[in-house]
Amino acid sequence: MKQQMKFLVLILLLGATFSARATVSVLACEPEWAALTQELGGDKVSIYTATNALQDPHRIQARPSLIARARSADMVVCTGSELEIGWLPILLRQSGNANIQPDKPGYFEAANYVHKLEVPTRLDRADGDVHPGGNPHIQTDPRNILLVAKQLALRLAQVDAANAAYYAAREKSFAERWNVAMKRWETLAAPLKGVPIVVQHKGFPYLEEWLGLREVATLEPKPGVEPTSTHLAEVLAQLQRQPAKMVIRAAYNDGRASDWLAERAKIPVVVLPFTVGADAQSKDLFGLFDETVQRLLKALQ
Amino acid sequence: MLRYILSACGVLPLLFANPAAAASDADLEKIHTEIQQLKQTYEARIQALEARLKQAENTAKAAQSTATQADEKATQVAAAPPPTAPSGSNAFNPDISLILSGIYSNLSQDPANYRITGFVPSGDIGPGKRGFSLAESELGIYASVDPYFYGGLNFSMAPDNTTSVEEAFIQTVGLSKGLTLKAGRFFSGIGYLNERHAHTWDFVDNPLAYQAFLGTQMGQDGVQVKWLAPTETAIELGAEIGRGQNFPGTSRNKNGAGSAALFGHLGGDVGVDNSWRAGLSYLHTAPSDRRYADTNLAGGSVANAFNGTSKLWIADFIWKWAPQGNPVRTNLTLQGEYLRRSEDGRLTYDTAATASTDTYATSQSGWYVQGVYQFAPYWRVGLRRDQLDSGSVDYGSNNANLARPSYSPSKNSVMLDYNLSEFSRIRFQLAQDKSHQGVTDNQLFLQYQMSLGAHGAHQF
Repeated sequence: MKQQMKFLVLILLLGATFSARATVSVLACEPEWAALTQELGGDKVSIYTATNALQDPHRIQARPSLIARARSADMVVCTGSELEIGWLPILLRQSGNANIQPDKPGYFEAANYVHKLEVPTRLDRADGDVHPGGNPHIQTDPRNILLVAKQLALRLAQVDAANAAYYAAREKSFAERWNVAMKRWETLAAPLKGVPIVVQHKGFPYLEEWLGLREVATLEPKPGVEPTSTHLAEVLAQLQRQPAKMVIRAAYNDGRASDWLAERAKIPVVVLPFTVGADAQSKDLFGLFDETVQRLLKALQ
Repeated sequence: MLRYILSACGVLPLLFANPAAAASDADLEKIHTEIQQLKQTYEARIQALEARLKQAENTAKAAQSTATQADEKATQVAAAPPPTAPSGSNAFNPDISLILSGIYSNLSQDPANYRITGFVPSGDIGPGKRGFSLAESELGIYASVDPYFYGGLNFSMAPDNTTSVEEAFIQTVGLSKGLTLKAGRFFSGIGYLNERHAHTWDFVDNPLAYQAFLGTQMGQDGVQVKWLAPTETAIELGAEIGRGQNFPGTSRNKNGAGSAALFGHLGGDVGVDNSWRAGLSYLHTAPSDRRYADTNLAGGSVANAFNGTSKLWIADFIWKWAPQGNPVRTNLTLQGEYLRRSEDGRLTYDTAATASTDTYATSQSGWYVQGVYQFAPYWRVGLRRDQLDSGSVDYGSNNANLARPSYSPSKNSVMLDYNLSEFSRIRFQLAQDKSHQGVTDNQLFLQYQMSLGAHGAHQF
């Protein structure tokens, strides 16, 4: 009897192990990639998101909880271009997990599949927090999302070959819906073309390129350096000569500098969600861009 | 050509419509005029049509070229070229990181007389030199060896022009099953602070308990295995064996291992704002002829030597808070560790003259708690309390020669640091150090720490 019980427990344990393996376990570094993986992976993936929309993805600590998630992940989906340089290498090294090392299919860097902007011509820390591979905030242009989706679906199919057709079909469906949505956003956003803006952090070059927004100043004196009062005064003086329509910051940025400037320059502050989950409307990628376009248009009125 | 056919088509029906109208000259003249008018009208319309056709052709061409361009652009975007990698023999150079640090110390007591009353001297400890001096500079060189190993070397350059190899290790990468093996010289994984390099400390110095029980930080030559459990709560178990050449151990002329360590860490998040880690560690060393200078009851200087075993337990805990888990603006870290050491063996008193050897048994403990609060971007303030308990010390028959003070050394520190970026830090620290019985050392430090070059991610 005791033997039989042991056997039963063993079977149950094995069963639990296999059923847990039924989905691809994905550790997504940022919410936008979690959302995209969800679009493409449907119920064949289980996703843990390492950061939320109110966190600065440059400044995350390699917390024990993240190391634990990296240990069991089949795949990591991150931005790359050194956005996660301060924490991801530790997760990978301490995970003891072969599947997600950079030379494996389970390691996916979205920024590898898009044309990057602001690739620095010189590398010097005197220039602030510059990324040698180019600006990593690629998710603010929906055309990049489409490019990444294609590659991510291929990668999911590589990691989980049994469901390759499933991922391909979902990618096709996503691309169709996304193209329709992009047309809608582009039509809506037409009045934004050529509009001069001020940004807090250099987080929006891709959005600017997509919508034709014209960035005339940044509140951070150097990328990653907090705005100083001297620099803000300079920006204010510049805006008096060369006015801008709005100040843009991401939901995770501290609001004081942009509020200070907006009040004096008499222009609105636009808090963009920047990624999925920053507000009630941006609950998925479609909502993210709906809301982004809406808020920009509202500030223009 | 098209023009004539069309005009002919236009005229013909008119001609056939009036077959019998060729009567008078006047009529003929009229018809001629009409035909001329018609011809002109058609001519004009045809010209307009032609112009429109031409325009349409041009637009189509332009559209086509735009389409081609767009296609090209799309192809370019889709097949974004990989970043141009540097070529040549130096392309695989490892990451090099340099830490520069300097300090100004104002100490009310002569550091040459520094000691922690009731505790065996653990090596080169104390507040350092008075006045200006270089603090520890570090040069680290790290890189992946191949797909299987990662390795690195960390030189420590002391202000007195001595260089030591602080770490030089290789470790496996992605061995799978949550396993990581490490070999070489490395800081032991025991406790929380032990593994951390000086440039990541929150204060100028390590707590008294670390100074007394680990000689500030315990590194050794050996091997380590760590296993991470496949659970959502981080559970990490580790074991080490090594030479144990540094305090509390000593180098020995023996095969086998001079030290063994076991440690386990648990960690996780509470909500979005909080994360924590707790651990328990055990270090076993077997010092052989561990010599130290002491003062006997008569006030004379003597040298003693210890042979036996030293066991150290450490419990550590750290809690980090940041609103929304975003530490950029404000964050708070609370941490504490409790260390307890017992040593058993034989002590030789006054090795140079009396050389009386007898049993030796001690049981001592110490702890620290600290809090560091970032109250604004760039600015952090920290508070630390250190305390040691001299516990029980039994020298056997040598109790007649050596003092066994019942004193609890303590120290309070407060620091303020200014971090202009992740790479530079300027720190001001005040401390009241009562580690030497009957002496209060008021300390003031002003320190800079700068990090140049590749700077790897920091641990939690």
